[in-house]
Amino acid sequence: MWKWLHLLAKPDRLYRLCGQWLPWLAVATACTLAFGWGWGFVFAPPDYQQGESYRIMYIHVPAAMWSMGIYAAMAVSAFTGLVWQMKMSDLVARAMAPIGAAFTFIALVTGSAWGKPMWGTWWIWDARLTSELILLFLYMGIIALYHAFDDRRAAGRAASILILVGVVNLPIIHYSVQWWNTLHQGSSGLLQQAIAPEMRIPLRWSILGYLLFFITLTLSRLRNLLLLTEQHRPWAREIAHQEIKK
Amino acid sequence: MSSAFHSWSQFWAMGGYGFYVWLSVCVALLVMSVLVGHSAHQRRHLLTMIVTKQDREQRILAAKKRKQNAGAKS
Repeated sequence: MWKWLHLLAKPDRLYRLCGQWLPWLAVATACTLAFGWGWGFVFAPPDYQQGESYRIMYIHVPAAMWSMGIYAAMAVSAFTGLVWQMKMSDLVARAMAPIGAAFTFIALVTGSAWGKPMWGTWWIWDARLTSELILLFLYMGIIALYHAFDDRRAAGRAASILILVGVVNLPIIHYSVQWWNTLHQGSSGLLQQAIAPEMRIPLRWSILGYLLFFITLTLSRLRNLLLLTEQHRPWAREIAHQEIKK
Repeated sequence: MSSAFHSWSQFWAMGGYGFYVWLSVCVALLVMSVLVGHSAHQRRHLLTMIVTKQDREQRILAAKKRKQNAGAKS
Protein backbone atom coordinates (compact mmCIF):
# COMPACT_ATOMS: atom_id res chain seq x y z
CA MET A 1 0.00 0.00 0.00
CA TRP A 2 2.69 2.51 1.00
CA LYS A 3 4.88 1.45 -1.88
CA TRP A 4 1.97 2.09 -4.19
CA LEU A 5 1.46 5.55 -2.71
CA HIS A 6 5.12 6.37 -3.21
CA LEU A 7 4.83 5.46 -6.85
CA LEU A 8 2.02 8.01 -7.15
CA ALA A 9 4.38 10.66 -5.82
CA LYS A 10 6.72 10.11 -8.77
CA PRO A 11 5.66 12.51 -11.54
CA ASP A 12 6.54 10.30 -14.50
CA ARG A 13 4.71 7.29 -13.05
CA LEU A 14 1.70 9.42 -12.19
CA TYR A 15 1.69 10.87 -15.71
CA ARG A 16 1.69 7.43 -17.30
CA LEU A 17 -0.97 6.12 -14.90
CA CYS A 18 -3.25 9.06 -15.77
CA GLY A 19 -2.68 8.38 -19.45
CA GLN A 20 -3.68 4.72 -19.05
CA TRP A 21 -6.92 5.56 -17.26
CA LEU A 22 -7.99 8.51 -19.39
CA PRO A 23 -9.48 6.80 -22.48
CA TRP A 24 -11.55 4.36 -20.40
CA LEU A 25 -12.81 7.09 -18.13
CA ALA A 26 -13.67 9.32 -21.07
CA VAL A 27 -15.76 6.57 -22.68
CA ALA A 28 -17.46 5.77 -19.36
CA THR A 29 -18.26 9.47 -18.85
CA ALA A 30 -19.80 9.86 -22.30
CA CYS A 31 -21.92 6.70 -21.93
CA THR A 32 -23.13 7.47 -18.41
CA LEU A 33 -24.02 11.09 -19.18
CA ALA A 34 -25.80 10.15 -22.41
CA PHE A 35 -27.72 7.42 -20.61
CA GLY A 36 -28.70 9.54 -17.60
CA TRP A 37 -29.66 12.60 -19.62
CA GLY A 38 -31.37 10.60 -22.34
CA TRP A 39 -33.48 8.79 -19.76
CA GLY A 40 -34.17 11.94 -17.78
CA PHE A 41 -35.09 14.11 -20.76
CA VAL A 42 -37.06 11.65 -22.87
CA PHE A 43 -38.41 8.82 -20.75
CA ALA A 44 -38.92 10.16 -17.23
CA PRO A 45 -42.54 11.27 -16.65
CA PRO A 46 -43.39 14.97 -16.27
CA ASP A 47 -43.78 16.37 -12.76
CA TYR A 48 -47.36 16.90 -11.58
CA GLN A 49 -46.54 20.41 -10.30
CA GLN A 50 -43.69 21.67 -12.43
CA GLY A 51 -44.55 19.96 -15.74
CA GLU A 52 -41.56 19.54 -18.02
CA SER A 53 -39.50 22.32 -16.46
CA TYR A 54 -38.28 20.00 -13.71
CA ARG A 55 -36.04 18.29 -16.30
CA ILE A 56 -33.52 21.07 -15.62
CA MET A 57 -32.94 19.05 -12.43
CA TYR A 58 -30.84 16.51 -14.39
CA ILE A 59 -28.37 19.28 -15.21
CA HIS A 60 -28.69 21.43 -12.12
CA VAL A 61 -28.64 19.00 -9.20
CA PRO A 62 -25.50 17.00 -10.16
CA ALA A 63 -23.61 20.23 -10.93
CA ALA A 64 -24.62 21.74 -7.59
CA MET A 65 -23.77 18.56 -5.67
CA TRP A 66 -20.34 18.19 -7.21
CA SER A 67 -19.57 21.89 -6.96
CA MET A 68 -19.41 21.15 -3.23
CA GLY A 69 -17.98 17.65 -3.61
CA ILE A 70 -15.09 18.94 -5.71
CA TYR A 71 -14.41 21.61 -3.12
CA ALA A 72 -14.24 18.95 -0.39
CA ALA A 73 -11.89 16.81 -2.52
CA MET A 74 -9.76 19.88 -3.19
CA ALA A 75 -9.63 20.64 0.54
CA VAL A 76 -8.45 17.10 1.36
CA SER A 77 -5.79 17.37 -1.30
CA ALA A 78 -4.69 20.83 -0.14
CA PHE A 79 -4.51 19.61 3.46
CA THR A 80 -2.35 16.65 2.44
CA GLY A 81 -0.10 18.99 0.50
CA LEU A 82 0.28 21.37 3.43
CA VAL A 83 0.86 18.78 6.14
CA TRP A 84 2.95 16.15 4.35
CA GLN A 85 4.55 18.55 1.86
CA MET A 86 3.53 16.42 -1.08
CA LYS A 87 4.08 18.31 -4.31
CA MET A 88 1.60 16.16 -6.20
CA SER A 89 -1.24 17.06 -3.81
CA ASP A 90 -0.86 20.73 -4.64
CA LEU A 91 -1.03 19.88 -8.31
CA VAL A 92 -4.14 17.74 -7.83
CA ALA A 93 -5.91 20.57 -6.01
CA ARG A 94 -4.84 22.97 -8.73
CA ALA A 95 -6.16 20.63 -11.43
CA MET A 96 -9.56 20.44 -9.70
CA ALA A 97 -10.17 24.16 -9.17
CA PRO A 98 -11.33 25.14 -12.70
CA ILE A 99 -13.65 22.13 -12.89
CA GLY A 100 -15.24 23.08 -9.57
CA ALA A 101 -15.65 26.66 -10.76
CA ALA A 102 -17.29 25.44 -13.98
CA PHE A 103 -19.73 23.20 -12.08
CA THR A 104 -20.63 26.04 -9.71
CA PHE A 105 -21.26 28.29 -12.70
CA ILE A 106 -23.49 25.65 -14.33
CA ALA A 107 -25.40 25.22 -11.05
CA LEU A 108 -25.99 28.97 -10.74
CA VAL A 109 -27.04 29.56 -14.35
CA THR A 110 -29.32 26.51 -14.61
CA GLY A 111 -30.75 27.32 -11.18
CA SER A 112 -31.53 30.78 -12.47
CA ALA A 113 -33.18 29.37 -15.61
CA TRP A 114 -35.24 27.08 -13.39
CA GLY A 115 -36.10 29.82 -10.91
CA LYS A 116 -37.55 32.17 -13.54
CA PRO A 117 -40.51 29.97 -14.58
CA MET A 118 -41.03 28.45 -11.09
CA TRP A 119 -40.42 31.35 -8.69
CA GLY A 120 -40.92 34.22 -11.12
CA THR A 121 -37.43 35.61 -10.68
CA TRP A 122 -34.00 34.94 -12.14
CA TRP A 123 -32.20 35.76 -8.93
CA ILE A 124 -32.93 36.42 -5.29
CA TRP A 125 -30.45 37.17 -2.52
CA ASP A 126 -31.41 34.31 -0.28
CA ALA A 127 -29.09 32.07 1.69
CA ARG A 128 -28.73 29.14 -0.72
CA LEU A 129 -28.14 31.22 -3.83
CA THR A 130 -25.83 33.70 -2.13
CA SER A 131 -23.67 31.04 -0.48
CA GLU A 132 -23.35 29.20 -3.80
CA LEU A 133 -22.29 32.48 -5.43
CA ILE A 134 -19.66 32.88 -2.70
CA LEU A 135 -18.43 29.39 -3.60
CA LEU A 136 -17.92 30.58 -7.18
CA PHE A 137 -15.93 33.59 -5.92
CA LEU A 138 -13.85 31.27 -3.71
CA TYR A 139 -13.01 29.10 -6.72
CA MET A 140 -12.07 32.17 -8.76
CA GLY A 141 -9.92 33.50 -5.90
CA ILE A 142 -8.13 30.16 -5.64
CA ILE A 143 -7.44 30.03 -9.39
CA ALA A 144 -6.22 33.64 -9.28
CA LEU A 145 -3.87 32.82 -6.37
CA TYR A 146 -2.31 29.95 -8.33
CA HIS A 147 -1.47 32.43 -11.09
CA ALA A 148 -0.40 35.25 -8.78
CA PHE A 149 2.99 33.79 -7.78
CA ASP A 150 5.96 33.00 -9.99
CA ASP A 151 7.08 30.37 -7.49
CA ARG A 152 4.71 27.43 -7.86
CA ARG A 153 5.37 26.05 -4.38
CA ALA A 154 4.53 29.38 -2.76
CA ALA A 155 1.41 29.66 -4.93
CA GLY A 156 0.39 26.15 -3.92
CA ARG A 157 0.77 26.93 -0.23
CA ALA A 158 -1.14 30.21 -0.41
CA ALA A 159 -3.96 28.67 -2.43
CA SER A 160 -4.13 25.66 -0.08
CA ILE A 161 -4.64 27.95 2.90
CA LEU A 162 -7.43 29.81 1.11
CA ILE A 163 -9.01 26.46 0.16
CA LEU A 164 -9.00 25.31 3.79
CA VAL A 165 -10.45 28.59 5.06
CA GLY A 166 -13.19 28.37 2.43
CA VAL A 167 -14.32 24.97 3.73
CA VAL A 168 -16.45 26.86 6.24
CA ASN A 169 -18.75 27.75 3.33
CA LEU A 170 -19.66 24.11 2.61
CA PRO A 171 -21.92 23.46 5.64
CA ILE A 172 -23.41 26.92 5.13
CA ILE A 173 -24.48 25.99 1.58
CA HIS A 174 -25.73 22.58 2.64
CA TYR A 175 -27.78 23.71 5.64
CA SER A 176 -28.83 27.07 4.21
CA VAL A 177 -32.22 25.66 3.25
CA GLN A 178 -32.85 24.61 6.86
CA TRP A 179 -31.31 27.50 8.76
CA TRP A 180 -32.96 30.32 6.84
CA ASN A 181 -36.22 30.92 5.03
CA THR A 182 -35.54 30.50 1.37
CA LEU A 183 -37.29 30.08 -1.95
CA HIS A 184 -35.04 27.15 -2.72
CA GLN A 185 -36.61 23.82 -1.97
CA GLY A 186 -35.28 21.69 0.86
CA SER A 187 -32.88 18.80 0.51
CA SER A 188 -34.29 15.64 -1.06
CA GLY A 189 -32.06 13.59 1.21
CA LEU A 190 -28.47 12.55 0.68
CA LEU A 191 -29.62 9.77 -1.66
CA GLN A 192 -32.57 11.74 -3.10
CA GLN A 193 -35.07 9.48 -1.29
CA ALA A 194 -37.80 12.14 -1.54
CA ILE A 195 -37.89 11.91 -5.35
CA ALA A 196 -40.09 9.35 -7.13
CA PRO A 197 -38.04 6.36 -8.37
CA GLU A 198 -38.81 6.87 -12.08
CA MET A 199 -37.25 10.34 -11.81
CA ARG A 200 -34.59 9.42 -9.26
CA ILE A 201 -32.83 6.67 -11.18
CA PRO A 202 -31.91 8.85 -14.18
CA LEU A 203 -30.89 11.56 -11.71
CA ARG A 204 -28.47 9.15 -10.06
CA TRP A 205 -27.02 8.24 -13.45
CA SER A 206 -26.53 11.92 -14.21
CA ILE A 207 -24.85 12.41 -10.84
CA LEU A 208 -22.52 9.50 -11.61
CA GLY A 209 -21.89 10.94 -15.08
CA TYR A 210 -20.84 14.31 -13.64
CA LEU A 211 -18.54 12.53 -11.18
CA LEU A 212 -16.87 10.61 -14.00
CA PHE A 213 -16.57 13.82 -16.02
CA PHE A 214 -14.86 15.46 -13.05
CA ILE A 215 -12.42 12.55 -12.56
CA THR A 216 -11.57 12.37 -16.27
CA LEU A 217 -10.91 16.07 -16.52
CA THR A 218 -8.92 16.14 -13.28
CA LEU A 219 -6.57 13.47 -14.61
CA SER A 220 -6.19 15.22 -17.93
CA ARG A 221 -5.47 18.59 -16.28
CA LEU A 222 -3.14 16.93 -13.79
CA ARG A 223 -1.20 15.53 -16.72
CA ASN A 224 -0.85 19.04 -18.15
CA LEU A 225 0.35 20.38 -14.80
CA LEU A 226 2.91 17.57 -14.52
CA LEU A 227 4.25 18.46 -17.97
CA LEU A 228 4.39 22.13 -16.99
CA THR A 229 6.24 21.65 -13.70
CA GLU A 230 8.57 18.94 -15.02
CA GLN A 231 9.24 20.39 -18.47
CA HIS A 232 13.02 20.25 -18.08
CA ARG A 233 13.13 16.61 -17.00
CA PRO A 234 14.14 13.94 -19.51
CA TRP A 235 10.87 11.99 -19.15
CA ALA A 236 8.77 15.02 -20.09
CA ARG A 237 10.99 15.75 -23.08
CA GLU A 238 10.78 12.16 -24.22
CA ILE A 239 6.99 12.22 -24.07
CA ALA A 240 6.81 15.56 -25.87
CA HIS A 241 9.00 14.24 -28.70
CA GLN A 242 6.94 11.08 -29.02
CA GLU A 243 3.62 12.93 -29.07
CA ILE A 244 4.65 15.70 -31.46
CA LYS A 245 6.13 13.31 -34.00
CA LYS A 246 2.93 11.24 -34.13
CA MET B 1 -40.61 2.03 -21.09
CA SER B 2 -42.27 4.64 -23.29
CA SER B 3 -41.29 8.18 -24.15
CA ALA B 4 -42.90 11.00 -22.18
CA PHE B 5 -43.46 12.91 -25.45
CA HIS B 6 -45.59 12.04 -28.46
CA SER B 7 -43.72 14.03 -31.07
CA TRP B 8 -40.47 15.90 -31.65
CA SER B 9 -42.19 19.27 -31.58
CA GLN B 10 -43.61 18.39 -28.19
CA PHE B 11 -40.15 17.39 -27.05
CA TRP B 12 -38.62 20.70 -28.17
CA ALA B 13 -41.47 22.68 -26.60
CA MET B 14 -40.96 21.00 -23.18
CA GLY B 15 -44.52 21.82 -22.17
CA GLY B 16 -43.98 25.54 -22.74
CA TYR B 17 -40.76 25.64 -20.74
CA GLY B 18 -38.57 25.00 -23.80
CA PHE B 19 -36.62 28.23 -23.55
CA TYR B 20 -35.55 27.64 -19.93
CA VAL B 21 -34.81 23.94 -20.34
CA TRP B 22 -32.79 24.31 -23.54
CA LEU B 23 -31.01 27.37 -22.18
CA SER B 24 -29.81 25.24 -19.26
CA VAL B 25 -28.78 22.41 -21.56
CA CYS B 26 -26.84 24.77 -23.86
CA VAL B 27 -25.03 26.51 -20.99
CA ALA B 28 -24.04 23.20 -19.37
CA LEU B 29 -22.80 21.67 -22.64
CA LEU B 30 -20.99 24.87 -23.60
CA VAL B 31 -19.17 25.17 -20.26
CA MET B 32 -18.22 21.48 -20.30
CA SER B 33 -16.89 21.63 -23.87
CA VAL B 34 -14.90 24.78 -23.08
CA LEU B 35 -13.25 22.91 -20.18
CA VAL B 36 -12.43 19.90 -22.35
CA GLY B 37 -11.22 22.10 -25.21
CA HIS B 38 -9.04 24.17 -22.91
CA SER B 39 -7.39 21.05 -21.43
CA ALA B 40 -6.70 19.62 -24.89
CA HIS B 41 -5.37 22.93 -26.22
CA GLN B 42 -3.17 23.39 -23.15
CA ARG B 43 -1.71 19.93 -23.63
CA ARG B 44 -0.80 20.53 -27.29
CA HIS B 45 0.66 23.91 -26.39
CA LEU B 46 2.81 22.44 -23.59
CA LEU B 47 4.12 19.60 -25.75
CA THR B 48 5.18 21.91 -28.60
CA MET B 49 6.73 24.33 -26.10
CA ILE B 50 8.86 21.58 -24.56
CA VAL B 51 10.06 20.41 -27.98
CA THR B 52 10.88 23.92 -29.25
CA LYS B 53 12.73 24.78 -26.04
CA GLN B 54 14.81 21.65 -26.25
CA ASP B 55 15.61 22.22 -29.93
CA ARG B 56 16.71 25.75 -29.08
CA GLU B 57 18.99 24.53 -26.29
CA GLN B 58 20.56 22.03 -28.64
CA ARG B 59 21.11 24.69 -31.29
CA ILE B 60 22.82 26.94 -28.72
CA LEU B 61 25.04 24.08 -27.57
CA ALA B 62 25.98 23.25 -31.17
CA ALA B 63 26.79 26.89 -31.91
CA LYS B 64 29.03 27.09 -28.83
CA LYS B 65 30.88 23.99 -29.92
CA ARG B 66 31.41 25.40 -33.40
CA LYS B 67 32.79 28.61 -31.90
CA GLN B 68 35.20 26.68 -29.67
CA ASN B 69 36.40 24.60 -32.60
CA ALA B 70 36.88 27.71 -34.73
CA GLY B 71 38.82 29.36 -31.88
CA ALA B 72 41.10 26.33 -31.51
CA LYS B 73 41.95 26.32 -35.22
CA SER B 74 42.93 29.97 -35.57
